[in-house]
Amino acid sequence: MAMGTSSFDVKRAYYLERTIRATEEKIAEIYFTDKVKSPVHLSVGQEAIAAGACTALGGDDVVFSNYRGHAHYIAKGGDLNSMWAELYGKANGHAGGKAGSMHLVDTKVNFMPASAIVASAVSNAVGYALALKMRGSDARVVCFHGEGAADEGVFWESLNFAALKDIPILFICENNGYAIYSKQQDRMAGKSIPERASTFGITASRADGFSAQAVYGAVSKAMAALREGAGPLMIEVNTYRWLDHVGPDDDHPGGYRPQSDLEAAQAIDDIPRLAAQMDADDVARIDAQVADELAAALAFAEAGDFPDETALGRNDYA
Amino acid sequence: MPNDRILSYGDALHEALHQEMALDDSVFVLGQGVDDLKGQYGSTLDLHKEYGPDRNFDVPIAEEAITGVAIGAALAGMRPVNVHQRMDFLMVCMNQLVNMAAKYHYMSDGQVRVPMVVRASIGRSWGQGPQHSQAAYPFFMHVPGFRVLAPTTPHDAKGGLIAAIRDNNPVIFIEHRLLYANTGVVPEDPFEIELGKARILRKGKDITLVGVSYTVTDCLRAAGLLALMGIDAEVIDLLSLAPLDSETVLKSAQKTGHLVVVDNTWTLCGAGAEILARLQEDASGIKVKAARMGYAPTACPTTRCLEDAYYPGPVSVAQKAAVLMGADAGDVPTDVERTELEEFKGPF
Ligand SMILES: Cc1ncc(C[n+]2csc(CCOP(=O)(O)OP(=O)(O)O)c2C)c(N)n1
Repeated sequence: MAMGTSSFDVKRAYYLERTIRATEEKIAEIYFTDKVKSPVHLSVGQEAIAAGACTALGGDDVVFSNYRGHAHYIAKGGDLNSMWAELYGKANGHAGGKAGSMHLVDTKVNFMPASAIVASAVSNAVGYALALKMRGSDARVVCFHGEGAADEGVFWESLNFAALKDIPILFICENNGYAIYSKQQDRMAGKSIPERASTFGITASRADGFSAQAVYGAVSKAMAALREGAGPLMIEVNTYRWLDHVGPDDDHPGGYRPQSDLEAAQAIDDIPRLAAQMDADDVARIDAQVADELAAALAFAEAGDFPDETALGRNDYA
Repeated sequence: MPNDRILSYGDALHEALHQEMALDDSVFVLGQGVDDLKGQYGSTLDLHKEYGPDRNFDVPIAEEAITGVAIGAALAGMRPVNVHQRMDFLMVCMNQLVNMAAKYHYMSDGQVRVPMVVRASIGRSWGQGPQHSQAAYPFFMHVPGFRVLAPTTPHDAKGGLIAAIRDNNPVIFIEHRLLYANTGVVPEDPFEIELGKARILRKGKDITLVGVSYTVTDCLRAAGLLALMGIDAEVIDLLSLAPLDSETVLKSAQKTGHLVVVDNTWTLCGAGAEILARLQEDASGIKVKAARMGYAPTACPTTRCLEDAYYPGPVSVAQKAAVLMGADAGDVPTDVERTELEEFKGPF
């Protein structure tokens, strides 16, 4: 089984973060054209988490994501062309236009269909991990979720079951502080999410979500423990969403969160920090590669046909 | 092998699970109480002793997460059978069922599938009241992606459960509490019934009575009462609610010219409503006099006298049929035995 690289690969992380950023910015740029005819939840500002976490995974490891899933999909090795075609609602999209932005899926890289119902894939991830355990598989499951998911009762039911059955799974809680425009402190009483998780006997830690390297370190350690037979683990990573909850705009003028928070997050943006650790040539080469691949993906999407009506009833039943 | 072995409905379900678990190690059972001393009316009794505690296990009282766990395991290629003591409890997991189980295959355009069975028991017995008696099958009939099966006979309980387990879609499998003790001929070897097919249980030429799960029993008894009046009823066990085999029903109704559909739930948006709509849309031009019945449009009362008014029964079905045939409801005999109902004493 292909394990993740044994040490942090700056260039790979930079490449992934650049690809994610460039993709999200391109979506924002062309959104007014209405070519992407669906809601988009962009990950600008949160790229370091996906890049750091997914480079610590093996190809056989399985990722469950959510509607804010572009970053996870790209970092897990999803196909950029078919993702863009999917965003365009084209037949050459990975789900023939049935999924769109919120339900990215690519079983070839073990990326499960993302869900747009908050917290709902968490129990599915636990069930998948249970199945792998029953099968004696070496693969492990990683479940990305927002801090808002922990508002839901089913989230804690799922953690309880995972802990009860000692199921090897890693929960990565991406805490960007807000669920839409609602602050975490306005929704949650009591202890923090990792502290609550630990009361189930789940080892829960924190990592710096602004650094792919830090996330990579925490996730590699967790994956090694899971492969050694550890039960469920959680890592909460702090992060900041630069753009609006949904759609392409900057929502700071709306006033629910201060501009200074955005500036603070931008000041520790991982992309320039990674670039600073690399040769200028490598940076230039990767930037060019990312631009080429993005252009190719757009061209692929543009060239694709829309599905014909016969696709409507396809795969309604298995 | 002679095909005349008699088994109860509960034992038929047990045999189906037993055989499928032996044949396929991806089949496992999870649900509240499945490994306890009662084993869901005997249907899951001691399966963990045979196949290990990880293939027939009790779960926390967390229906949404457990449904989600079953879905996740199915995504990974397992064939979970998730057992619920009452269908009312499915209301707690509608999100997982409707938004996840029924969507994964379609929204991934076939990249993943969810081969799982959700078993749920329904129905009156005595005093189950408004929260322990509901048969919520129309909710699931409404949503593309599910198969919905409600077997009445022990034969179909076994063949239906095996077919449900082997099917690659989420199957809602409905079992009426008063049917578990019913006995009938059940072949010993594993077999599947065809999903999506209704079953004609009694041939007749004057009127078609269609039942769902336990109301099939009402229809059969009503047919007996009608026979005393010289009315020859055909009785159809709908068996599969999704897909709905309206073809078999319409063919029979067009032959007899009269149709009564007896839902095992409220009539609004029920199987009867759908069948009558399809009858209306039918292009054959054959005229059929049709009616539907079901629970009274209230919550289910607990006390027996009101329960009797709430549920359809052999007499009310026969009366409806008689009136449709132009006979007098007052002429319908009211002497009918329902031992399973009279003998039921709970406590569950
Ligand atoms: C069950 C459910 N309730 C409400 C919503 C609407 N909704 C979409 S995203 C979201 C916020 C979730 O916040 P969080 O989990 O922190 O993730 P983030 O969007 O910040 O990445 C809400 C409430 C939903 N999709 N699903």
